[in-house]
Amino acid sequence: MNDYRTIFADGLWRNNVVFAQMLALCPLMAVTTTATNGLGMGLATTGVLLTANIVIASLRHFIVEEVRIPVYVLLIASLVTLADMAINAWLHDLYKVLGLFIPLIVVNCSVLGRAEAFASRQPVLAAAADGLAMGLGYTLALTVIGGCREVLGSATLFAQASLLLGHGFAFLETTLIQDYQGFLLMLLPPGGFLVLGFLLAGKRVLEQRGQRVQGAAPVKGQLGSPIH
Amino acid sequence: MIERLLEPENRQTLRYPMALLGGVALLTSMAIGIADRLTHADIAQRQLDDLQATLQQVVPARYYDNELVRDTVTVDDAGRPVVVYRARRNGQVQAVCYQVSAPGYGNTAMRIILGVDRAGALLGVRVVSHSETPGLGDKVEASRSDWILKFTGRSLNDPQPASWGVKKDGGVFDQFTGATITPRAVVKAVKGGLEFFAAHRAKLLDESAALPTPERDEVGKGAKS
Repeated sequence: MNDYRTIFADGLWRNNVVFAQMLALCPLMAVTTTATNGLGMGLATTGVLLTANIVIASLRHFIVEEVRIPVYVLLIASLVTLADMAINAWLHDLYKVLGLFIPLIVVNCSVLGRAEAFASRQPVLAAAADGLAMGLGYTLALTVIGGCREVLGSATLFAQASLLLGHGFAFLETTLIQDYQGFLLMLLPPGGFLVLGFLLAGKRVLEQRGQRVQGAAPVKGQLGSPIH
Repeated sequence: MIERLLEPENRQTLRYPMALLGGVALLTSMAIGIADRLTHADIAQRQLDDLQATLQQVVPARYYDNELVRDTVTVDDAGRPVVVYRARRNGQVQAVCYQVSAPGYGNTAMRIILGVDRAGALLGVRVVSHSETPGLGDKVEASRSDWILKFTGRSLNDPQPASWGVKKDGGVFDQFTGATITPRAVVKAVKGGLEFFAAHRAKLLDESAALPTPERDEVGKGAKS
């Protein structure tokens, strides 16, 4: 079970929070108007997922079944509050971009989902790896969807990246078409659903092709099934 | 002690989950309390910096030599307290700066900040926050369109009160293609802000402390009616 390659393959692709588990779509639709916003939100969520998994895995022997959900909620909510305060105080430029969305991490069901499905029954190190993998998978999804919407909606990519990552990353900021009139639909929530739909279809096609190449190989069991 | 906690018979009592939940609640609140102590001063400083940056957009630096964000007066405007920041040079108030709000499209409030000089002319207007439709109503942002800059230099009598509106309503200000409600609300709120200035001019300019200028006061009051 504690095969780290499986954990990372699950988090990044096979059991990706967005593309496989279809969780955490609410913050996704809200922030992914640009790739930069997606990346920032993804990294903040990764931080919370990682620490939540570590804390919950290290407390797993003390937590009893009856009150586990309130305990998880309490821990996750406090971690998000701590992250919110720390980013506001010490990474204020990032806070100005993401400030509104950081409290949204609390309602990101994938954090509670990983606590319940993985961290509560795995050693600390494996739980940390799972939190990191799931978080990076989520970051990947947010950045890709944000990038698609940004390119289609405003013909730029990674606009304002230097605000998020520091001035060294200003080279990421690209404008594809000057004087682009904008494609409003892509920046509004329907654009998020459209892009997500096409990406999901694309992932299906890739997976089916992969299965055909491998022959009818049995699908490997996935770690932690999604919660519904 | 940890072994005792982990013994199955201890965990089956009703006391265990209660103590667990209570303990976790206590620990997490302590962590948040400590973090608040650690970050409080920094966060307050950042917010002050933000405010300073916003105020600088509507009041040019040549108008003041004081610390703008700390020289405030709270004025009651029809039951609503308005915090006014005063820009002083050599002790005399040269300009004031305050926030008004306007109901935007869908009745979510837009927050607008105004800078007004002694004579009641606008030094600058900026929309600080809004939730207007991206691509339509968000042209009120200075970073998206220069529309908001056209208020600079205007005052209650320039244009005449009847023309303080968007072109569609017979005024002088442009509306946006596909969005009239947002600019109309902004124009109305800016006009309201100027009326507020005219009504409370003496108090805003701290006339009791500085040189009284009675004639100009009359002009200010005349503009209101």
